[in-house]
Amino acid sequence: MFMFEKPHGMRDTLPGLYETKKKVRRSLTDLIDKWGYQFMETPTLEFYDTVGVQSAIEEQQLFKLLDQDGKTLVLRPDMTGPIARVAASKLLKHGHPLRVGYAANVFRAQEREGGRPAEFEQVGVELIGDGTTSADAEVIALVVGALKNAGLASFKIAIGHAGIADALFVEVLGNVERADVLRRFLYEKNYVGYREHVKSLPLSSIDKSRLLELLELRGGIEVCGRAEEIVDSAQGKSVVDELKALWDILEDYGCTENVRLDLNMVSHMSYYTGILFEVYAENVGFVIGSGGRYNKLLGHFDSPAPATGFGLRIDRLIEALHMKDEPCEIDAVIFSKEQRAQAIAYANEERMKGNKVVLQDLSGIENIDQMTKSFANVTYFIGARKEEQNG
Amino acid sequence: MGKLLTMAMPKGRIFEEAAGLLRQAGYRLPEEFEDSRKLIIDVPEENLRFILAKPMDVTTYVEHGVADVGIAGKDVMLEEERDVYEVLDLNISKCHLAVAGLPNTDWSGVAPRIATKYPNVASSYFREQGEQVEIIKLNGSIELAPLIGLADRIVDIVSTGQTLKENGLVETEHICDITSRFIVNPVSYRMKDDVIDEMASRLSLVVEGETAK
Repeated sequence: MFMFEKPHGMRDTLPGLYETKKKVRRSLTDLIDKWGYQFMETPTLEFYDTVGVQSAIEEQQLFKLLDQDGKTLVLRPDMTGPIARVAASKLLKHGHPLRVGYAANVFRAQEREGGRPAEFEQVGVELIGDGTTSADAEVIALVVGALKNAGLASFKIAIGHAGIADALFVEVLGNVERADVLRRFLYEKNYVGYREHVKSLPLSSIDKSRLLELLELRGGIEVCGRAEEIVDSAQGKSVVDELKALWDILEDYGCTENVRLDLNMVSHMSYYTGILFEVYAENVGFVIGSGGRYNKLLGHFDSPAPATGFGLRIDRLIEALHMKDEPCEIDAVIFSKEQRAQAIAYANEERMKGNKVVLQDLSGIENIDQMTKSFANVTYFIGARKEEQNG
Repeated sequence: MGKLLTMAMPKGRIFEEAAGLLRQAGYRLPEEFEDSRKLIIDVPEENLRFILAKPMDVTTYVEHGVADVGIAGKDVMLEEERDVYEVLDLNISKCHLAVAGLPNTDWSGVAPRIATKYPNVASSYFREQGEQVEIIKLNGSIELAPLIGLADRIVDIVSTGQTLKENGLVETEHICDITSRFIVNPVSYRMKDDVIDEMASRLSLVVEGETAK
């Protein structure tokens, strides 16, 4: 092992990137703050049996370790589970709905291939205890607002609903096991397999074309009209009505421009219970964020409550924003013993004005040319007189 | 002017059939397209950029989004399990994945050895069969392995069966049929949906026409 090595998937954040991350994080959290969400922190480690098992992240993606009693722990794979745990045990006792925000690092099992960090920062919110479509619309509108605040020009949010495929499958196929096969094809994004499987089923040609039409339900609000034609049950119709209502509210928020419907989107086999969404940006190959309604999760922590939320990945958002590392805007004050007091007073004065100032003893510098190059301005307090030089 | 679409194409065997399919779908590709040694070919009149990749790598380029769409063999998709949309079966470059070995031989010992270019496919296939095997990854000339005693069986793609025959091997199990697929990056599928949907429907018309013949 070389001394510079670190575990797979772990990244250092050097000063330039640190500043960029800080700026992007703030552009998101500032707006979340203004929408009245209260930020909180939870521990990095949780029990596997609680947060680990209930998480939307698959078992093999969890980062596991053992504590001193031999209990299995996980590095939190997302913030939704930990916040649900805290909400169920403490926060919900003070009444709902709860609006909670977070900015935290989350962990996923290490992978060999590059571009998949095992630790990355997410900024997000959870809206717990409000089951209305207004709540779904609020978090989507907040995503749009936050991304615009961060300066992201071109992005789209694809909205789906866990109930639409379910309703159609139950109507056409009658049982859950058969529906699961089709749902898995959608989850795996395998349209070819889905089509082949539909064709192989002993169904009427009308029913087959209803199932195949599901693959085409992508686009604007007009998709709802086409969805109404393929679902008959009251359950299916109510899902379409919910999506139409969502669209109306998003129109009131003025953010339908960045939104599209993807009614065959299955982001997870069972976690989401209603409206769900993924966020995409130009020039980044992976989703930069996702969210949706998870009405069952709080029940697993013994305090049933409807909930929705989103999480955005800072690393991918920075990639989408094409941000260069922030230039260093630090001034230096270099002093020798004779003028030390004046130098300290001057540096403090500048710091009071809001400038970043380094105070450096001349005798501690090995190469003065190299040292001064990395600063915006250098002020000398050396010998008997003060001299300024712009670098 | 629409958005530039980047397409990852597999070099070699599949390339000509794939290029032929695109031409049939009405895309005007330059004459020297097939002969070029360039790795990136721009076709500005169609607003297309092609990147020429190893067939095994096409899904990687598409998953990472450096190519919006691509043409990949189902064998590669099964092996790599990349997060991409499998939109269309192009029904070209037909072959199948098979287990093969020397005729009239038994499985040797407790842990038969399987040589293959597809370690994941082979491993999950034998697990499903309830057989414990050991996998040896090779990068080509897989047929060599049983002949010189490196492995008991091989898992590989078979199109005509000629290579197996010439090397005295026989196919013992048929794993699954393979054709090339039109695949799409999940982000591009939303950000460039209009051009990608158009390409999918044009390709689909050609494929359906061919199948109906």
